[in-house]
Amino acid sequence: MQVNQEFKPTIVAFCCNWCSYAGADLSGTNRLQYPANVKIIRIPCSCRLNPMFILRAFQRGADGVILCGCHPGDCHYTTGNYYARRRMTLLFSMLDYLGIERERTRVEWVSAAEGAKFAATMNEFVETVTRLGENKRLEDLRCKSE
Amino acid sequence: MKKCPISQLDNLFAAIAGKQKLYIPTGEAKTAAFKPWEEGMQLTSALNTVRSAKDLFFPQVENLVNFKVTGKQIEVIENRDPAEPFVVFGVRACDCRSFDILDKVFLCDPVDTYYQTRRECGVIMTLACSEPEETCFCTAFGIDPTDPAGDVSCWMSGEELYLRANTAKGEALLGSLDMLSDGGEPETDKGIFERLPLKNLPLDKFGGEHMMELFKRPEWAGLAESCLGCGTCTFVCPTCQCYDIKEFNTGDEIKRFRCWDSCMYSDFTLMSAGQPRPTQLERFRQRFMHKLVYYPSTHDGEFGCVGCGRCLQKCPISMNIVKVAKTLGEEKP
Amino acid sequence: MQERVKAKAIELLEGGVCDRVLGWKAGEFFYDVTPAVFTSREEIEKDFVFGPFCGANMSKYLIAESRKDGGKVGAFLKPCDTYSFQQLQKEHRIWRENVYAVGVQCEGMCDIEAIKAAGIKGILGVDGDGETLTVHTLYGDKSIERKAALAERCACCKSKKMLGCDELIGEQGEELESARFAQVEKLEAMTPDERFAFWRNELSCCIRCNACRNVCPACSCEKCVFDNPNSGVENKAAANSFEENLFHIIRAFHVAGRCTDCGECSRVCPQHIPLHLLNRKFIKDINELYGDYQAGADMETRPPLMNFQTGDPEPSVVHERGSEQ
Repeated sequence: MQVNQEFKPTIVAFCCNWCSYAGADLSGTNRLQYPANVKIIRIPCSCRLNPMFILRAFQRGADGVILCGCHPGDCHYTTGNYYARRRMTLLFSMLDYLGIERERTRVEWVSAAEGAKFAATMNEFVETVTRLGENKRLEDLRCKSE
Repeated sequence: MKKCPISQLDNLFAAIAGKQKLYIPTGEAKTAAFKPWEEGMQLTSALNTVRSAKDLFFPQVENLVNFKVTGKQIEVIENRDPAEPFVVFGVRACDCRSFDILDKVFLCDPVDTYYQTRRECGVIMTLACSEPEETCFCTAFGIDPTDPAGDVSCWMSGEELYLRANTAKGEALLGSLDMLSDGGEPETDKGIFERLPLKNLPLDKFGGEHMMELFKRPEWAGLAESCLGCGTCTFVCPTCQCYDIKEFNTGDEIKRFRCWDSCMYSDFTLMSAGQPRPTQLERFRQRFMHKLVYYPSTHDGEFGCVGCGRCLQKCPISMNIVKVAKTLGEEKP
Repeated sequence: MQERVKAKAIELLEGGVCDRVLGWKAGEFFYDVTPAVFTSREEIEKDFVFGPFCGANMSKYLIAESRKDGGKVGAFLKPCDTYSFQQLQKEHRIWRENVYAVGVQCEGMCDIEAIKAAGIKGILGVDGDGETLTVHTLYGDKSIERKAALAERCACCKSKKMLGCDELIGEQGEELESARFAQVEKLEAMTPDERFAFWRNELSCCIRCNACRNVCPACSCEKCVFDNPNSGVENKAAANSFEENLFHIIRAFHVAGRCTDCGECSRVCPQHIPLHLLNRKFIKDINELYGDYQAGADMETRPPLMNFQTGDPEPSVVHERGSEQ
């Protein structure tokens, strides 16, 4: 019964279609292990990520949100991830400014060939968020079952 | 008439709060609000709270009902706030009059049971005004700020707080407080109210009789031109009572709730067929016509405004009911 | 100054430069002025005011006014308004050819709420040009330091420069050394728990009246996502703590890089939430991470969120700098 009581964070991973989603795929075909509580949402480019998506994920019960995209310079659309990088930097800084734990959000660049990096990143991120515990500061109380 | 030394106010509050929840107006002038009383809490120095006492009877958001859907079954779950008795102290005469106006809307058939429950549970202790602001114009609506209504009327005069019960609920409350002693009359000075700059608001031309004439006045365009379409005036208003009913899907169940709405918003009257009030002009006109014409036309000439002056203080562009009334109500020179 | 502005307004109308002018209309009291359009000498002589309570930023009205048919609209812009004016031109929101812009130098605007917060009640009028203001009230005359009556945004004014105007009234000013980031720095120095408590306390007062959005010159979308029932985030009520966080974070983010720090959001907030501190945080971050940038200062540079450098810092920079947890 010990296992059931353990906190299992919900992690939302937004993955770019061209690199990171393929990277996740590769880690799967290579049978690399990463926790099942990472939920992947595929987006056409890391720059598609509207800051609202991140906040909505937290609202609906995510404990951590990670964005994975092509390495800077490798964007399928040439420059999308450069814009995403600026946006996420500012957004994370704002969340930190509002007192929301900065470790709950992250950006990692994962190429289609980096299946091992994808698995390692997810393992490490899940561990970090598990240590932080439940997301209390950006949750929507209405979504908590009573 | 009962009385109690003002120095004993904390003890009085403690005695009331010992039996039921007590709300008092507290905080700095900028953020004054009715809050549940706690040990050591001070009355605000401001004449009035930023938002009105309406909040306690008709809160900005309240749960109506929950739905749970399992297959083809819909379960309806009652989730209204439990009714608990409460007392609100320090309501001004203007805010107190607003309950007459709200009652006529919510307690007529079909009765709004959510509002009704709170009205039955709440005891209103009003506090007479002695230092009005320049924005006060309650006297224009026949309200006497030195003799407020409510279940219990209170006066602060000299070193004493005087209390007078006006209703059975008020009698019961005062009867339960043994620190009160009998006697005395508060001294009230009405002189200051004679000097208020807005006391002679020209209201004769308003009311149901002149509805279409007022509706068609060309001055509306100029009055509405710089309106931002925010909801500040409606949300700080003690008599605005429009609300929207919305649903929220938590993923597990549906929560149906109601929340204040504002006729100043672009989607207020939005329907599948379109928006009958397409520009801010129509929305702006609606708000003031409602307060000064539509409401009196269906409620024996009683205006839907109590002259608390909150919209005068809070409108970002300083457009308000006084300017509207003066523009439309004054005889052309 | 008022007389010069009024005379100019009449001159613009009667000289045929404009067929209407945008200015401030007197109210019931000396402080409750309303932005208004004037079309005749009589209206201007009767009601036009320019004084220490003309805080409203006129730039946003120019979006609609400049798109109207007919002649040019004349507008009087304070230095901070001109930044918004230029930013809106850059975004192709204001049609510049339909506007005759007159820059008006500004001594800093007073905040009636600041005077009230000093405990002065029943205010009927304010006099005095020097360092001390005399406040006439229902309860006799009171006096207050001009400094104490100044709006927060004016006490740390960033620039007295008037940009992109056709004509100026008063001396052209300079950019100022401003302590406007002091409060942001103070917050940054707090622990995350303290910051969370601070913002929870402030944002929980939000009543979602949308005044901050509707007054903001940078918030000029034709249809706001928060008004769109199909967006999934449309919400009329501050239903709970999360919604206010979401609304204010997204709003500040959406204007980041375009916000000129005019301070209108905080001026209009009926609950006195220091919303400018969110915008200033973005401005400060942008300055530190991507180089100094002042929205509206020019017509050429790309706004920082529509631009990038290949060597920009990684988002993990947020984890590395700032206060220790």
